Amino acid sequence: MPSLLNVSRPPVFCPGCSHERITHALDKAFQNMDLDEDQIVIVTDIGCSGLFDTFFHTHAFHGLHGRALTYASGLKMARPELNVIVTMGDGGLGIGGAHILSACRRNLDLTLLILNNFNFGMTGGQFSATTPPEAQVGSGFLNRLESPLDVCRLASSAGAAYVTRCSSYAKNLAEEIENAIRFDGFSILDIWGICPGRYTKRNRLTPQIIEDSLAKLPLIKGPKAENLRKEYGKHYRELSAMQKSVPSPAKIEETFKPPEPGRQELVILGSAGQRIITAGEILCLAGLTAGLRVTQKNEYNITVLRGPSISELILSPEEIDFTGIVRPNVILALSRDGVARRKHLFDHLDNNTLIIQAREIDLPPCNARIYQIDFKAQNIRSHDRALAALSALAKLNKAIHLEMLQSALKFKFSGKILASALDLVDGVVTAKLM
Amino acid sequence: MAFSLMEGNEAIARGAIASGCRFFAGYPITPATTIFNTMLKLLPPMGGICLQGEDEIASIGYCLGASMAGLKVMTATSGPGISLYSEHISFAIGSEIPIVIVDVQRLGPSTGSATRGADGDIQFLRWGNSGGLPLIVLAPVDVNDCYSLTLQAFILAEEFRCPVLIASNKEIALTLENIDIDAFPKPDNIERKAPPPGEPFLPFEASSGHMVPYFLPIGGKVPVRQTSSTHGPDGYITTDSDEIAKIQDRLKNKILSAAGRFSFHEARLEEGADTLLLTYGVTARAARAVYKEQKRRGNPVSLLILKTLWPVPEDLIRETAVNVKRVVVVEMNLGQYVREIERILLDKKVDFLGQMDGRLITPHQIQEVIIHA
Repeated sequence: MPSLLNVSRPPVFCPGCSHERITHALDKAFQNMDLDEDQIVIVTDIGCSGLFDTFFHTHAFHGLHGRALTYASGLKMARPELNVIVTMGDGGLGIGGAHILSACRRNLDLTLLILNNFNFGMTGGQFSATTPPEAQVGSGFLNRLESPLDVCRLASSAGAAYVTRCSSYAKNLAEEIENAIRFDGFSILDIWGICPGRYTKRNRLTPQIIEDSLAKLPLIKGPKAENLRKEYGKHYRELSAMQKSVPSPAKIEETFKPPEPGRQELVILGSAGQRIITAGEILCLAGLTAGLRVTQKNEYNITVLRGPSISELILSPEEIDFTGIVRPNVILALSRDGVARRKHLFDHLDNNTLIIQAREIDLPPCNARIYQIDFKAQNIRSHDRALAALSALAKLNKAIHLEMLQSALKFKFSGKILASALDLVDGVVTAKLM
Repeated sequence: MAFSLMEGNEAIARGAIASGCRFFAGYPITPATTIFNTMLKLLPPMGGICLQGEDEIASIGYCLGASMAGLKVMTATSGPGISLYSEHISFAIGSEIPIVIVDVQRLGPSTGSATRGADGDIQFLRWGNSGGLPLIVLAPVDVNDCYSLTLQAFILAEEFRCPVLIASNKEIALTLENIDIDAFPKPDNIERKAPPPGEPFLPFEASSGHMVPYFLPIGGKVPVRQTSSTHGPDGYITTDSDEIAKIQDRLKNKILSAAGRFSFHEARLEEGADTLLLTYGVTARAARAVYKEQKRRGNPVSLLILKTLWPVPEDLIRETAVNVKRVVVVEMNLGQYVREIERILLDKKVDFLGQMDGRLITPHQIQEVIIHA
């Protein structure tokens, strides 16, 4: 295959920059693999490594510092057949750390070449995540305070399935790159090199020193046996294909007349675990069975298993404009938490408001009409109280009637849950209220 | 008549699917998470892709990659996440990457209150990008708008190759309402235009008479270049100031010159009314109630609900306000969009009602301003 280097844009690196060797090794790897220009995308970020996409006549995507792996992931998921090559410096490694960890854990078939030259070449030789503490760099004394990152060890412990550390001057660099591209999963090459424009102006570093340094480190090369697993994209498609498709949202036909004219505003004041939000939804569904417009607003603490749970509901024969409730027609007061959270709601009530009150709950003084229910005496458990209160409401023909409620339950539930819900509605509450 | 019960977030997700969106990536954040949840249910069984990013920067980054590969993409977040999206929104504007971005606003500043609503990001959505070039921001009022404006958002993103933001609000996103999705006409899903056969392809060249370049996907037969750097028509870095000026002008004008075509709004003009209520988002619902009540009382006000916030529909605002003495701007923040109205309507009295404490602005509060100010 011919070279894929861009003939109209030859590399423009500083004389002696090891990036140029990597450029040619990458081209050699493409040639050895018989890849065409349309089978490759080179994804780059900021810095000298970010020039790579311009030197090749392939698909190219150049973006923000450290974010190349994110674009690469989107491209690979959308186009699994593409060979996605990401180049990144030791700068991108630092700023994009979260993306590297994620890519290692995910094992999507991307090839990441880290062009590691131990400093930020383009901005003036500042220290990067891999700068040795003893180096003289553009960040004054600051690099002396930090330990350099060993990306190969990091990647291995993060789950990377293929990790190689090598020198830009390795004779077999093209072969190393080819092996990484051929690997079916996420592969990282940590390629050590020399930045003559910045780093070696004040620090001694030669191909021989790199080779000696690498020789002192444990050999890290190729597939990591303990991390080998399915490639993410294939695995994603495999699991995706097993997901059941979701039907269109079910609709409720208008079949009843509502018991009362006009807009009805209801507030359920309860606690987490009392199925307040489900009760609110059932009330809305009941409204839909009578062709009413409905809204439901819920409020609960971010800690989901504790604290107040409140549902505000509007049922109306007209379009519902304002969704807030100032003076409700109905309050279901089912827990202390809920009542405490909305204590001001009781300030201006008159006898147009009906409160269905769990007997053991204290209410702020108010002028509303109050129906008490002794849930304990009725043996109604805490999580059934909201539905029991709806039953009371329906039997009083307030906002909804019993057929609306039963119809809503049949829409929402089936089987044993439906049977027990209908039993609850039918039995316990009637006995108390009649 | 038959309705479903649905929250605004689900309606946005279903609107996206109806628009042909086949890639979603997001990071969990209240109150936007249920968009992600719904997309995760809907996309995989139809061969689409739904990813949970390691953070918000990654989530939108995945979307930009997938969009350049030719898919229709969407992401969703809230205030803390939209802040992290900023650098990638700039990228999508400057490099003409179609994407729909949902900001389900919550009470700020910063992490603020996860479960309280606000419209506090309205100027940030417009100006929270480097370079300051225009984008499109749509603002739904209710669950129906969540669905229908999402359809429009995809049409606009694909046609203009730009980010389209949906400025939702916890008070719409997590409020369940009746909706009949079948009542909406099937969207005319537009596709990005490939160059005519035989024409050479330059990724950022708009051919004569066009404001938007032809699109070919990364991964197709023809090599495509994408870059966040200042580029010429060929997608390579350029330092030619004339070339730069030309492309910046085009990025600006492709949106502004077409703004009249997508100034979505609801106007209710009353003869003899000397006050115009101007609002957007969930607050429009309180304003509608006031409009109806004032009409009933024989003391009518006019009402303008904007559903396209950016670009500012300046002509529409001027025309609607022409016969009133006073404009009352109501918004769920401490004064953001009112700046635009003051700028446009220099000859009108502009009064402002704002609130940012997690509570909805009530019809009563609006009425107080109308009567007493």
